[in-house]
Order: sequence, then C-alpha cells, then structure tokens
Amino acid sequence: MNVLGLSWRYLWSRPLATTLNLLLLALGLASMAFVLIARDQIDRAFARDLAGIDVVVGAKGSPMQLILSGVFHIDVPPGNIPLAEVQKLAQHPQVAKLIPLSLGDNLLGFRIVGTTADYPAHYGAQLAQGALWSQAMQAVLGAQVASSTGLQTGQAFEGAHGLGAGGAMHGETPYTVSGVLAPCGCVLDRLVLTATESVWQVHDDMHAGDGMDEAERLELAEALADDREVTLALIAYNTPMAAASFPRFINSSTSMQAAAPALEITRLLSMVGVGTQVLRSLAAVLLVVAGLSVFIALWSAVRERRGDLAMLRMLGAPPSRVAALLLCEALWLATLACALGLLAAHALTALMGDMLMARQSLAVNGWQWVPGEAWVPVLAFGVAVAAALVPVVSAYRVDVSQLLNSR
Amino acid sequence: MIETRGLEYTYAGAQPLRFADVSVAQGGTLLLRGPSGSGKSTWLALASGLLTPLVGAVVVSGQPVGVLSAAARDAWRARHIGFLPQKLHLSEALSVADNLGLVFFAAGLPVDHKAVAETLRGLDIEALAARKPSQLSGGQAQRVALARALLRGPGVILADEPTASLDDTACSASLNLLRHCANTLNATLVIATHDARVVQALPRASVLAFGAGVAA
Repeated sequence: MNVLGLSWRYLWSRPLATTLNLLLLALGLASMAFVLIARDQIDRAFARDLAGIDVVVGAKGSPMQLILSGVFHIDVPPGNIPLAEVQKLAQHPQVAKLIPLSLGDNLLGFRIVGTTADYPAHYGAQLAQGALWSQAMQAVLGAQVASSTGLQTGQAFEGAHGLGAGGAMHGETPYTVSGVLAPCGCVLDRLVLTATESVWQVHDDMHAGDGMDEAERLELAEALADDREVTLALIAYNTPMAAASFPRFINSSTSMQAAAPALEITRLLSMVGVGTQVLRSLAAVLLVVAGLSVFIALWSAVRERRGDLAMLRMLGAPPSRVAALLLCEALWLATLACALGLLAAHALTALMGDMLMARQSLAVNGWQWVPGEAWVPVLAFGVAVAAALVPVVSAYRVDVSQLLNSR
Repeated sequence: MIETRGLEYTYAGAQPLRFADVSVAQGGTLLLRGPSGSGKSTWLALASGLLTPLVGAVVVSGQPVGVLSAAARDAWRARHIGFLPQKLHLSEALSVADNLGLVFFAAGLPVDHKAVAETLRGLDIEALAARKPSQLSGGQAQRVALARALLRGPGVILADEPTASLDDTACSASLNLLRHCANTLNATLVIATHDARVVQALPRASVLAFGAGVAA
C-alpha cells in the first residue's frame, strides 16, 4: 500500500464520476492532439511531395490550382501548354531539371500521368516488380493503385477519360502494366505513370475516325506533332537566385504561368490555419471544462473524505502524505486521459488518412509519433495539477480536531 | 503513563482552557468526564500531539510531547497512540483489512499483513477482512476501528465516546473489550465520555472532570 496504489483505489471508489472526468479530459486532449498530429501529417505530406520542385509552369489561371493539380494531384489543372514552349524552357540556363506531366485520364479514379523517367527518379521511387515503361502504352502503377486495383505486371487495363472515375473508356488503346512501384509514402503511390507519348496516342485515337487504318493514324499523328501539348512542367532551378527572376520571366514573356509551390502552400496553410485555430480554441475550451470538472470532483472528494483524511493524520500521516493522495488522484486522471487522448487522436488521424486514401488524396499516416505531441502530457498534467491545487492544499490543512468533534 | 502539568490551551479569540494536572500509571485508566464543548476533545488533541500546549506539558510514556517537531510528533503518534473516534471513519473505498493497512501507510511503512491478520483474529473478526465497511454491523465496525487502534501495540489508547448510542448490553461488552485489549497491551486507556454507565463500569479508573468550557 503506497500513495500511488491507495490514490488509485480512492479514484475508482467513485467509478461514475471518475469515468466522466476521464472522458472529458481525454476528449479535450484528443482534440488538441488531433490538431497537432493532423497538421503535422499534412505539413509532412506537402513537404514530401514538394521536395526539390522550385516552380511549376502551366496554363494561366489560378496558381494554387496549378500547384494542387500538378504536385499533389488533388485538383484539376487550369489547362494545357504547348510542348514546344516547354522544350524551350528545358534549355533555359536557370533550369536544372524539367519534368513534363500530361494529365487527362484515370484508372478507377487514379490519375494516369504521362511523363518521363525523371518523374519517378525525382522521388527516388523503387520498383517492387517489373520495370519502367520502355515504349508507349506501357504503364507503371503506384503502390496504392496496384493494391486497390489488383493489377500486376503483364496485365492490361483501359484508361477512362477525365481525372475522376466514371469517364468514357479508351477501349481502343489499352495499357499494359510494365511494373509496380514500391510504396514511397508520396504522391506516386496513387498515380499511374506512363510515357507522355501514351497520353497523346490515346487522345489521337479518340479523335481519329473509326475507319482509319494504321497509315492514316500515323499521318494524323505527324500532323498533330507541331501542336503537341503537355499539362504542366515541374522545374528545379540551377540556382536559388532564379526564384526572383524566373517566374517573372515566365509570367511576362510567355503564354504560361509560373507558380512557386512554397508560396502557394504557405498561403493554403495560412487559410487552413484559421480552421486549425478554431479547432485549437475548441480543444482549449474543452480542457478548461475538464479542468473545472476535475477540480469539482477532487473538491467533492476532499469534502466527502475530510474525516478519512483527518483519520490518516490522526494515525500519524504527515500532511504531505495526505495531500499527496489527492495530488496522485489528479495525476492518475491526467495519465489515463493522456493515454486515451493520444490513442483517440492517432485513431482519428488514421481514420482521416483512410478517408483521404479512399479519395486518392494526400497520404496521411495516423500512427506516426509527432514531436508536438510531447505537449499533450504537459497539458494534461498542467490541467490536473491546476485543478488539484486547491483540494490538495485543503487536504494538507485538514483539521484533525474536526475528527475529535465529529459525532 | 500519561502525566500533564499546568496544561493550558487557548483557541483564537476564546478564553483559555486550563486543565487540572493528572498522572495515570502505565496500564491505568483515565476517564475524561464532562458535557460537549467542555474541553475533552482539546485534552485528547493535546495528549496525542495534534495540538501543542501554550503553557504546561504533556508527558506520555516518559516522552514530553511538546518538545517534538511536527514531523516527529506525527511519527510518535503513529507508533504510540491508538485512537478510537466516536465516528469511526472507516474508508468505504477499502476493505476491512486495507483499512487496517492504512495504519502502516500513515506511518510510511510497508503493510504488515501478518499483524493485520493477528489483530483481526484477536478481536474475532478475521472473517470480515475482505468486507467493505458498509457491509458491517455497528458492533462489527467498532471492532474494526478498535483493531485499527490496537494494530501497532500502542502505549496509550484514546477512545472518544465509545459507548454513545449503545444499549446497556453493547455498552458493557464494548467497555470490557476495551479494558481487555488495554490490559493485554499494558496500555494506558483514556476514555472521553459523558456516559454515566462508563463511570459505573470502571470504578477504579481515575477521573478528570470537565465543566462547561473550562476544565475543573
């Protein structure tokens, strides 16, 4: 029998009040932890997918739309840009790397992206099976695409028109799976990668008449060669100095627009930040309510057990040991609420991750430890100690003479 | 042994309480007689070291209580004083055995389960060890409280109105048990009471009579 064990038993001698206080405190902590974890996970997802991309060049329109569609693949692109202009950009002295992306089709909602081998290489993607495409109409599946569709190397599939599921099928031009990427925890997990030429070929065929033979199709392709387009280009600079001049050059001297991902994401997060602040404030209110509830519970406990506490003093317990009993009850509540709150917050984030995954959106891992979570126990113990302060002092000063006068 | 000399205590804003000198040999019995509010509880608090006399001295088993520091008085009380309050204050959160274990907890010692079992057996209540206080009759609860007071073999047993609200038979049994336990331990028994039956049942006891507000 020690202070910890005894306080545990006193705590659970009032199971209903203890359970309610525990849930209230855990709810407040879970809300706070969820905001911390979710925000961190979203930041990480953005940072992971943005790594090494200094600017995105695409059709004029909303720069944020261009970033969301081109880097994170969670929005529709503003339009297409001429291939010839993109090829010119690749030769620009300030451009170290240019990765063209062509969008337009999907496989069961997963976007089919026409690009070059530089794209998977940029994210350090590894092949789990097969190989990268070596010719048009071969495709490499991201890990999530492969697990969702069940497709494996050598199997064929048809793309559908549009960026969301449900478009017209391109039955005339099926793809063959040449490989499957290992999970990277990045945007590639939920993409189907193929050669840029595949996207052109699929859409050439869509525009070609049914009666065209192979020669006529080639003739059509040659005729369209000068007007080829891609959707956007991901660019890495040669020098950080380019950040000042390159976007200005694109926006003023070409028919395209340049959007800086870092700038747009900062803007996006500051907009999301308002919601985060609201959630954080709500969690703070919950914590204050929980603190008051714990205070009331402990204060009631002191009032109900005043005689028992005085008896302990009479039995020879120093005031500090009597007060420690009350403090430990509060600390037990904080410990349990902290564990429950963190568990609930991680479970909720994991659920959010599953929902985002089902919508082919950002990759969020709910079961990853976030450094900010260290604040959760600090908050829990802070609230518990603050709530326990007055009852603990009251227990410390318990008047033993009441025991002698109680009838 | 309990001895007091020139004992006085004053509550803030009140007249001083002056107590007659008393000396009771080890193993003897002292009755504190008087109505409620006459100072019996204050005397018990002074004798157990819960209050420090402003004037005079309390010596228990050769130890002047007033010279001890607060922490030392707590430790001394845990070891040498057994207390049986009128309202028993058995914790409902704990079993009978664990209520006795509180004695060791209060003293900062590991629970001596053997001593707990032996004390319960000595009072013929070992079968109640696992019960909660709410599952006990009034007499059983008082025995449990007495077991708690006797657990560490104190030199002094202080009992506050132990026979209040008991019928004659229960009163006699309770006093016999108290006297028997005190004799077994050779402990000095101090009983604060306003019950005339106690004086009749313990004719050889020393008596310290208290008036209304001031001790005689």
